[in-house]
Amino acid sequence: MMFTGTWRLLALIVRRDRIRIPIWLFALTLMTIVTAPAFEGLYKTQQERQVMAETMKNPAMTAMVGRGYGLGDYTTGAMMAHQMLLFTAITVAIMSILLVARHTRADEEAGMIEMIRSLPAGRLSNLSSALLVMIAVNLVLAAATGLGLAALRIESMDMEGSLLYGAALAAAGIFFTAVTALFAQLSENSRGTIGLSFAVLGISYLLRAIGDVSNGTLSWFSPLGWVLGTEVYVNNYWWPVAFTIAAAFTIMALALYLNSIRDLGSGFLPSKRGRSHASVFLQGPIGLGLRLQRTAIVSWAIGMLLLGISYGSVLGDLEEFIGGNEMLAEMVSPAEGVTLTEQFMTMLMSVISMICTIPPLMMALKLRGEEKKNRTEHLLVRAVSRTRLMGSYLAIALGVGISMQILAVFGLWAAGSAVMEEAILFTTMLEAALAYLPAMWVMTGVALLLIGILPQMTSLTWLYLGYSFIVVYMGDLLQFPEWMRKLSPFGHIPQLPVEEFDTAKISLLVLLAAGLMLAGFIGYNKRDLQG
Amino acid sequence: MAVLQASGITKKFGKFTALDGVDIEVKEGEVYGFIGPNGAGKSTTIRVLLGILKATGGEVKIFGMDAWKDAVEIHKRVAYVPGDVNLWPNLTGGEVIDLFAKLHGNSNKSRREELIRKFDFDPTKKCRSYSKGNRQKVALVAAFSSDADLFILDEPTSGLDPLMERVFQECVMKAKREGKSILLSSHILSEVERLCDTVGIIREGKIIETGTLAELRHLTRTSLLVETKQPISQLEQIQGVHDIENLQQGISLQVDTEKLGDVITYLSQFDIVKLESAPPKLEDLFMRHYKTSNRGGGAR
Ligand SMILES: Nc1ncnc2c1ncn2[C@@H]1O[C@H](COP(=O)(O)OP(=O)(O)OP(=O)(O)O)[C@@H](O)[C@H]1O
Ligand SMILES: [Mg+2]
Repeated sequence: MMFTGTWRLLALIVRRDRIRIPIWLFALTLMTIVTAPAFEGLYKTQQERQVMAETMKNPAMTAMVGRGYGLGDYTTGAMMAHQMLLFTAITVAIMSILLVARHTRADEEAGMIEMIRSLPAGRLSNLSSALLVMIAVNLVLAAATGLGLAALRIESMDMEGSLLYGAALAAAGIFFTAVTALFAQLSENSRGTIGLSFAVLGISYLLRAIGDVSNGTLSWFSPLGWVLGTEVYVNNYWWPVAFTIAAAFTIMALALYLNSIRDLGSGFLPSKRGRSHASVFLQGPIGLGLRLQRTAIVSWAIGMLLLGISYGSVLGDLEEFIGGNEMLAEMVSPAEGVTLTEQFMTMLMSVISMICTIPPLMMALKLRGEEKKNRTEHLLVRAVSRTRLMGSYLAIALGVGISMQILAVFGLWAAGSAVMEEAILFTTMLEAALAYLPAMWVMTGVALLLIGILPQMTSLTWLYLGYSFIVVYMGDLLQFPEWMRKLSPFGHIPQLPVEEFDTAKISLLVLLAAGLMLAGFIGYNKRDLQG
Repeated sequence: MAVLQASGITKKFGKFTALDGVDIEVKEGEVYGFIGPNGAGKSTTIRVLLGILKATGGEVKIFGMDAWKDAVEIHKRVAYVPGDVNLWPNLTGGEVIDLFAKLHGNSNKSRREELIRKFDFDPTKKCRSYSKGNRQKVALVAAFSSDADLFILDEPTSGLDPLMERVFQECVMKAKREGKSILLSSHILSEVERLCDTVGIIREGKIIETGTLAELRHLTRTSLLVETKQPISQLEQIQGVHDIENLQQGISLQVDTEKLGDVITYLSQFDIVKLESAPPKLEDLFMRHYKTSNRGGGAR
């Protein structure tokens, strides 16, 4: 009785997601199947792969992608399992979390389950149909990935290993399906369901990272640790998959039980009441801007730190690594009197700076986003001037930009020092990075100018940043003429410590940035606002 | 003294003229009702008054200052409630009310709590979960707990239920008693009739009628239902009489309010048995203007 209608609801889910699910499956399978031959092409000889293995052998890398198995004989298969399996499993988990939350708590919140319950459908029909769909989706993914990998006929990737690779991904997906189903019973809204499930995913990742760099025990408390414990293509253990799935079914049973005893629309966790009064931080436009973008700022901060760490962790074996790789050697043009590592670092700095420019641009462009949503009028009809409003967003953007840059450099330096024999000084790195701030300010100035004068075209800022990335990062490789590089502010920054600091150039860039911003302010003060 | 004086505001969006010489005068302590069909230009006018839009022509003085140049100074004494309140989904209603109070500068804490209670509003929920009416309550609580001198309200009750509408009307009347001035744009005529001293009707970007309620009533018609002993003759010849209908209970007719006396005198010579009259409604005036604006007003 409890399950009456499950099959019909299952058909409904399939029908509603007839595009969404195939897109996920296609993208995930493609991601895996394209990477394996790419590895095969990038590292052609065993010797090149062995060099790669050396660069991966450091705590920072281990924390990021997990313990490598078969590093002594680093085949393409071992490389796939080491560098791709964890991140793909995380993506599969994210897919499962989002889809399950969508078909359980989100539908309940929207009142759709109420409609269904009023029809002759059992109390557990909705949850069970969602679970069945997700199990099927993960099985299809396992089959597609496994058979796809095997079909590549790469020597080190046999049928058994490939199927296990797929199965490990599916196990992760099914586990997080169960976790989300459980939180859909505990939390009474879909944001809570998704948030708690992501928290479990994040904690799993951290436990595994700590476990992997220490003695390994902690990794066995993380479902992501179980996935890596399969040692795909090296030892091919199946039991972690069986274990993960058994754990998932236990959690599903609990979720079904909880669903059967609760009222529709309620949850087991007490719903958190929000603040009834504003805190001391929420007092003006800056407080509001920071509060609205709090999550984005924190996520970017963590991301930039990780970016720095991951780049830093390869600095140790750079000389051999670049020497052994044609593509990279081409990107780093050798110069006299500087080590390859320093050369490489200048390139890193420009890349890091351009990535660090994304969050400040987001912060600045938020002003326009708020206007489009008719929310700046709340401030402007009170005692806030347009100059103060734009100034607040600019202040946030500038502060965020510098912080991101420093965080990334700190990560780079910390990981670099851990792996290098002769560490580069923190101040040397910081100087090289901070030299890029004027370029970041010019980009921010462009954003303000567009907000003030051409508000419909603010997305051009992203186009310009994308252009900068291509000409500065890939310019040498693609052999673009020099003037194309000079069209980007990032192309004018002296590459410390290889080049000299150029005060005149930097001052000009700062002036340009100030001019752009000023024009933006003037335009913003003159134009009609949408709301 | 006029708190708000707008003379000849025009506003063009590209080639389209949204406002074409709008004049508004709100005197101190008065409630000004601003009515007109959809797309007439009410919100546009209000946005010009608030300095969010820059007028193409004309002049707006609020408290004697220029609405565009001295916006911030003016806004310290103005409270605004938009018709469509968009709020930040991840802040609670209480947080938003406090933020607004802070931005305003001066606001009354105990009044805030009182209004929250009166409007039966839960300030601990995230704005994402509020209905349209509840979002409007956020703006209303923020506005009426501030000690502004001029309230600019753009269809503030479009999402409220009748009970809450009553609370809103009490707030407006209280503000009026305290000598505040109020500009209220509305579609709800009973609300305008109950609250407003002066009314301006806007259509296609032009103010077409303006005056006190009494003056405008004068322009409306009163409907009469009469029964007389003798048959009434030549009624249709009388000036100011319209829409004559013979009903079972008597004759129903519409009379221009300013001609009412003459018509009654004429009718009385036929020995009136029964005379019922319905009070003149602003609605009739409104409908008259609405009807003639069908020529494309709706599509504007
Ligand atoms: N930014 C704009 N660009 C172009 N046209 C606009 C703009 N804003 C308003 N309009 C036009 O100006 C006219 C007046 O709009 P407004 O919003 O002032 O009407 P309203 O009287 O408030 O109507 P409603 O009763 O529906 O709220 C409408 O025809 C509208 O389409
Ligand atoms: Mg409007």
